[in-house]
Amino acid sequence: MADTQLTKKYFASDAEVKWCPGCGDFAIMNAVRQGMVAAGKPRDEVAIVSGIGCSSRFPYYMETYGFHTIHGRAAAIASGLKVANPKLDVWVISGDGDSTAIGGNHFIHAIRRNVNLNYVMINNKIYGLTKGQYSPTSEVGQISKTSPYGVIDYPMAPLRVAMGMGATFVARGLDKKMKLSEEICIRGAKHHGFSMMEIFANCVIYNDGAHNKITDKETGDNYLIIVRDGEKMIFGADNQLCLVQDGFAIKAANVADVADADILVHDEKNVEMATLLTAMRPDAGLPLALGIIYANDSKKPYDDLIYEQLAAVKSKRGRSMDDIMREGHTWTV
Amino acid sequence: MAENAKLTSAEQIVIKFTGDSGDGMQLIGNQLTALAALDGNDVNSLPDYPSEIRAPAGTVAGISGFQMCLGDHKIYTAGDAPDVLVAFNPAAVKHSSKFVKAGGMIITNSDSFTEKAMEKVGYTSNPLEDGSLNGYDVKAIPMFTLVREALADMDMPNAAKDRCKNFFVMGVLCWLFNKDKQLVLDFIQEKFGPNAKKPKLQVAEANTMAFKAGLNYGETTIMFQERYDLGAAQIEKGLYRNITGNDAAALAIAAAGEKSGLRPFIGSYPITPATDLLHYASEMKDVDLVTMQMEDEIAGICSAIGASCAGALAFTTTSGPGLALKTEAAGMALILEVPLVIVNVQRGGPCTGLPTKTEQSDLLQSMFGRNGDSYLPIIAANSPADCFDATFQAAKIALKYRTPVIVLTDGYIGQGSCPWKVPKMSELEDLTPYVNFWKPEDHPGEKYVSYKRDPETLARDWAIPGTKGCQHRIGTLEKDDTGAVSHDPATHQRMTEYRKAKVDNLAQVLPGVEVNGKESNKVLVISWGGTYGAVKGAVDRLIEEGKPVSGVNLRWVWPFPPNLGEIISRFDKVLVPELNMGQLSLMLRAKFLVDVQSLSKVQGDPFREYEVIDKVNEMLGE
Repeated sequence: MADTQLTKKYFASDAEVKWCPGCGDFAIMNAVRQGMVAAGKPRDEVAIVSGIGCSSRFPYYMETYGFHTIHGRAAAIASGLKVANPKLDVWVISGDGDSTAIGGNHFIHAIRRNVNLNYVMINNKIYGLTKGQYSPTSEVGQISKTSPYGVIDYPMAPLRVAMGMGATFVARGLDKKMKLSEEICIRGAKHHGFSMMEIFANCVIYNDGAHNKITDKETGDNYLIIVRDGEKMIFGADNQLCLVQDGFAIKAANVADVADADILVHDEKNVEMATLLTAMRPDAGLPLALGIIYANDSKKPYDDLIYEQLAAVKSKRGRSMDDIMREGHTWTV
Repeated sequence: MAENAKLTSAEQIVIKFTGDSGDGMQLIGNQLTALAALDGNDVNSLPDYPSEIRAPAGTVAGISGFQMCLGDHKIYTAGDAPDVLVAFNPAAVKHSSKFVKAGGMIITNSDSFTEKAMEKVGYTSNPLEDGSLNGYDVKAIPMFTLVREALADMDMPNAAKDRCKNFFVMGVLCWLFNKDKQLVLDFIQEKFGPNAKKPKLQVAEANTMAFKAGLNYGETTIMFQERYDLGAAQIEKGLYRNITGNDAAALAIAAAGEKSGLRPFIGSYPITPATDLLHYASEMKDVDLVTMQMEDEIAGICSAIGASCAGALAFTTTSGPGLALKTEAAGMALILEVPLVIVNVQRGGPCTGLPTKTEQSDLLQSMFGRNGDSYLPIIAANSPADCFDATFQAAKIALKYRTPVIVLTDGYIGQGSCPWKVPKMSELEDLTPYVNFWKPEDHPGEKYVSYKRDPETLARDWAIPGTKGCQHRIGTLEKDDTGAVSHDPATHQRMTEYRKAKVDNLAQVLPGVEVNGKESNKVLVISWGGTYGAVKGAVDRLIEEGKPVSGVNLRWVWPFPPNLGEIISRFDKVLVPELNMGQLSLMLRAKFLVDVQSLSKVQGDPFREYEVIDKVNEMLGE
């Protein structure tokens, strides 16, 4: 294989992958490699930053520049890295604990600044590396080592938070839906701005079956919807269900019961629609939205703005260091 | 009359301004500092303000102060007890009169001594009249009355006229210290005149008139029997400007960027008393300085480390509590072995402590405030102007050794100011040789190995993202020489030893310290950072008096300079005055097994020379 040929294999390192057999992360790594192929940068212009957690071992398995850093801070580190060299294709691989608990502050502010990062948050609703404690995305009632009688914290919805921070790209994937995850990583890689990609993964050891409701072969499809820009939002094992407007909200209906024109059409540039779609939960009678929920590049990324401002100040003030050092009152002895 | 006031020559004068916070004390202090410096004096100043932005007016808690020392010789501190106190209201008199030298002058605004104002600070009778200030040379000037008279023809409210009292006082002081009035007139024009950034013509005119009224007041009243004239100080030839430590550090960051050919980058978060550094740096976009105001202290250092990983010259700026938050990430820079400079403007601690007050109590935090064996070099700036060189040097060492370096300044030198001989960029050391990124074209036939080390400095080979064919992974887990994760016991031992040796080796190339005074003597006084001025002044005076005392100043506080142990061994006793409970003393005792005596002060206030002198005399049994 020619070194310059961008394939998934081109981005794979020689390191032995040490995730548990059956871990959802394998599928996601495959999707991310596909995203890198799509981004079109040679691997020596790609950097992956991760924090701490099972998912954060990711950089070691990638034949790119990789930085395995500290718990929760990958978004801040990657922001500095991207600003210092905007030519790099920068990916952040993080988990639900890393992003929404210890790193919550950096996660939300990187979104707010719209730093041009590809941010993959692998959500398995559990702390795996520390062997099974509940995370901010764990469900109420979930049994874990630190919640032997069931979780009583209410879960966080990372994509709703992302919408609240003014995200410009919001997508959700699922380890088992490999094609969809690839699609998301490809679009995310190409998006000019912060690409928030939440991908649900199954932790076979500590939270096996966490996503059973949506992955069940028989009924799973009744609880999820894959949204596609410009397409009617129809879902269900037999495509029997759809989404319709209900006042300021969205509700699920039987396709048979509603007029064709009343079925909502997904518009990935519609911020209000995306806000509603990210809020949908199966336990609230609405399907979990997967796919590219929001994509709108009308906001400039932070790293573009920083260099525009540098150039603007340079052309307006244009001082040299010697000028600046001699400003104000000076005198000669 | 003017003829009655005789002109006395003076070597140095200490002046303190106090008034309501927000009443322009820092401004008038800085103006007089600039005026004296322009006139050739050496100057050192110390702002002193409460942490509340606008504490209740007229209360002792709300007093903001500014002390300065001007002299006809090298001035190292803002001085001990003030010769002249300008206290703008009863609260200021109550707060500050006790600091004034016996027989010293207190200039105050008698118009502000209303019953209500006096009652507010607990004066039951007027201290200007009841003799409680006997022993001081009190100049009670009805400033509001005089300023309003001078501005009688100006169409502006009395409150606005009253604000011109500061320039009235500048007039009095300009006369009193025989300074060139034109410099102040020019300053007013520069600040408020038609060519100012935000012209305020009426304010310019009113302040000019108030200033002239102050000059005339000095000249025509018989209130002052003496005027003082300070000759120009013998200072090194060159172009000077007055500068605060924080501004000097900001300039050094931009300058080090330019001299290294790397983009200077600051990832930071606002914190007193370091914030001014970020303010000034944020203006320097035209010299390519990137500043990122992050969401917290941790993100500040983390963004800087990210930038460093990409090949920028990265800095983070903070104060004590912020440094505490940065500890884990500082360890990350250390184990990744990437350059990073942490500028820590120390303040009173622990925790929130005394945000606006100075202290040197982050030394041990800087030394040991990380998990694991995690040594890094620490350099301490010894004056406001020295913050430039200390920060520049830190950048050089960070690059050369691929290590985080901590620059310790403090609230006193960060916010205080002194004249700075402005270097030309062309005179500064070229830092490009220390950048030395690993590139395949420089190593034909060789494969990049991320933790292969330079045999001399032990700095690792460093290829930044974007370097053709050098993609590799580094991380915060222990690794072997190839950068691969390793939990092998012997590898961890070896890598820990490398990281320590890298810092220890720095000592071998550091310049040795110079002894101020005899090379061998009874007492050695060791200063570091902000204590330099008071110790230097004190030791100079003691030497003049023939006392068997010498001094040494530590610029690098870790690693210790190579000749320090040997110097210490030549003295009977060692004294370390420091603004903490003996942190350097602890380190010196541990390193050199010597019975160091500690002079501790944690009052949010720098040492006065006499405090050091008294302690030394006590140690000499005198």
